[in-house]
Parts: sequence; C-alpha cells; structure tokens
Amino acid sequence: MNSVIIIKSYRLILLLLILTGLGLSGCNHEKGVAMYQVDLTNLTHQQPLSPLAVILHDQSFRIWNEGMPASEDIERLAEGGDNSMLLQTVTANQSHTATASGSGLILPGHTDSVTISKKYRSNTALTIASMLVNSNDAFTGINAVDVTGIKANEPLTLWAHALDAGTEGNDELAATIPGPAGGGEGYNSNRNDRNIITVHAGIISTDDGLPLSTLDNTHRFDNPVARIVISRLH
Amino acid sequence: MKNYTIISLVLAMLASTTLSARELDISITNLTQGIYFTPLLLAAHDNNTHLFEAGNTASANLQAMAEGGDISGLSSDLIAVNANISENPAAGLLPPGNSTTTTINTDAANDYFSLVAMMLPTNDGFVGLDALKLPAKPGTYTYFLNAYDAGTEANDEVINGAGTPGSPGIPADPGANHGSGASGVTTLENNTMVHIHRGNLGDTDPVGGNSDVDSRIHRWLNPIARLVITLK
Repeated sequence: MNSVIIIKSYRLILLLLILTGLGLSGCNHEKGVAMYQVDLTNLTHQQPLSPLAVILHDQSFRIWNEGMPASEDIERLAEGGDNSMLLQTVTANQSHTATASGSGLILPGHTDSVTISKKYRSNTALTIASMLVNSNDAFTGINAVDVTGIKANEPLTLWAHALDAGTEGNDELAATIPGPAGGGEGYNSNRNDRNIITVHAGIISTDDGLPLSTLDNTHRFDNPVARIVISRLH
Repeated sequence: MKNYTIISLVLAMLASTTLSARELDISITNLTQGIYFTPLLLAAHDNNTHLFEAGNTASANLQAMAEGGDISGLSSDLIAVNANISENPAAGLLPPGNSTTTTINTDAANDYFSLVAMMLPTNDGFVGLDALKLPAKPGTYTYFLNAYDAGTEANDEVINGAGTPGSPGIPADPGANHGSGASGVTTLENNTMVHIHRGNLGDTDPVGGNSDVDSRIHRWLNPIARLVITLK
C-alpha cells in the first residue's frame, strides 16, 4: 500500500517537476528563435486600418520620431496605406530585423493576427504601423517597444493612439482621402503640412462645420484607436 | 522520507504562487466636464470573466447597462461566477468632477478587476475597464479609464427618455444642459462591436439642429475616469 502511494508520488513529482521546468525554461531563448504573435483590434467607429506593417528590430533603431519629419516610407503608409516600401527598406538597410505584413484591411471592431519571428537577441524591439484610411495622413501603431521581457503565457497589452504624419494637410477632401469615405488619392510626394509627426488632432467632419469634408460624424475618433496584444509563442 | 521532503517542497512552491483573499479600497473619479455616470458596477472576478471585450459583441446585459444604466443583469452574471462585487457605490449618479469610494473583499481566485457605468447623455456610451489583472504586491495603483461605445445603438443624440434596449434615443441629461427637437445625428451604428466611443458631436442649437447634446458641454476626450486601487 505504501509502495503504491510512493510510486504515485514519484509520478506526481515527475509531472510537477516537468511542468515547473517548462515554466522556467520558457524564459530562456538565448540561442533560439523568438516568435511573437501580434493581435491588433480596430477600436474606431468607422476608420478601417490599412494592412499592418510589423517589424522586429534592435532597440537602437527607430522608424519614426514624434516631432521630427516622417520618412518617405512612413509618408507612403500614412497617406496611402501602403506598407510595402517601409517593409522593403527595413529589410534592405537594417540588420537583425524581421518583417511581416498584416493579412489585409482591418475593419472597425475586427482583429488581425500576425506571427513574426527572428533569432533571439537581448535588445529586440517591435514596431507596428497602420493607416486610418478615412483620413489624410493619420496612422497608429507602436514605436520600438521592448519585447524582450514578455514571457510565454503573459501577453503584453498596449493601447495605441493616432498620430498625424504631418506630410499632408488635413483638408478631409474626397480627392485626398483614399479610404471608402473618399476614394481619392493616397500617396503624394508633396508635403503641404507642418512636416513633423504629432499626435493627431482628430477628424473635424462636415457634421462639425467643415463644409467640404467628405467625412461625417461616424469617422470621428478618440484615442485609443487600437488594442495591441503581444504574445511570446516561443 | 526524502520523497516526502521533495513533495512538501513542490507543494510549497505551488502554494507560493496561489492567491489569497485581499481587501481592495477603491476610489473612482469622473474626469469629464459634463457627463454623468449612472450607477457603477465594480467587480473582482476570475480570469475567465468579462463584462465586455473590445472587438466583441455586447451581451444583452451589457446593452441594458450601456443604453439604460441598468446594472442588474450584469450583477447577476457576476454573482453566478462567484465574483466579489460593489454595486452603485455613489448611490445614484456620479456627477462630473465627483469621486466615490468603495471596498471589495476578494476571494482567492478573484484577481481580476472590472468596472462599468453608463455615461449620460450618450446613447450607449459607458466608462469601462475590462479584466485588469490586479497587481500581486500591496500598494496604491492608479489607472485612467476610457469611454466605450457598446455598438448596440446608433448615436442619434436625441434625448427622448428612451433607455430600454433597442429603443433609439438618450434617456436623460441629468445636468439639464441639453436642447430639444433635434433631427438626429445618425441612424446607423457602423461598428456593432464594443469599441472606443468617438465622442458626442453635439450642437449649439437649443431647439433643433441634429443633436440635443450641447457641443460646448457634453464632449469629452479620453481618459474620462481615474481609478485608484489600494491593495492591502
């Protein structure tokens, strides 16, 4: 009888030690690949978000800086929702990076899930960018967030606000809004705004007294405009 | 004998990660200039419970809270999952700039915290916090909360007394700063999931216009509430 209990106890101990061991070794990726899942939910009322640009990179690298002019790649993303040049440039010019594109437009209330991985480094950061397409040059995302401390089973949740790329005036005209509310032009290399990245001041809309705006009350937004959940897969 | 030592060591390790009952001293402040919170519902609950989730459809009981301020359905949902709740600590409305306090004694498994209350005057706006994981260490923690839209009713901004789920219109403006005779801002709710409220539009016409809400008084920007939790 005692021996049976002891055998069962051994099994229990073994199981517990395996489970405990898994839990502890979950943090140890020094020679392996770090894989992350990003889930981004569009929290706006009627601002579809352009396909995500998702980039893992070293913490010393930044893709934009508030208060500074936007790169041409950010201008293309923020004015036209095109992430391709940004992802290409990062891949071509920066070592120790990985890039991924979202699966498509993220409609309001919907979530896109992107998996991205690269060789583990102790100084890895994550940048995400996406345009609010019913705007002139509004975009959202996260900028060089340290993801090295994220443990398996302990996702990091972040709330993202809207930025203004500062590369196109917020005239809200149908001709300059590429999203479904306008159907107009996306990227244009002319810079007719302050040429610094700032927090976005919001949509005015025709309902609030901008007579030529193609936008109405439904396109207005408040922050946060997106919820981002970052999970460490391995 | 050695085996028993290992067993007790393992059990001790597990025990150190399990939770214990705690006391939460809570203060909530309405940070808006002109929006009232209807009766608040606060809860400590397990990790499977959500009163709402951004990006998901509102439950019928969330809709009743967001459109009419009725927290009874959500309270029942919480009691059914053995949550520890505080209902209506302000004993009615929490006016702009005002604070209220309450205490929740939690059971061991209830280490997540949620809060909801309808915002007036809005169609289906509510102040919300969805399943905050309570910090492990004792201390005083401050959080800033956002305004959500339940996604269940078009934001027509017509104040007509309607507070039952599915009826268009806003139940009331407790501050009595509103207009009347509005034609309605919109008839559509384009995002039918719970999402961040885009804000009241309002107008300045007391006897007509699109909105019965006053754009000078009833707008806001996030955050709209401050929550301070002291964990004993």
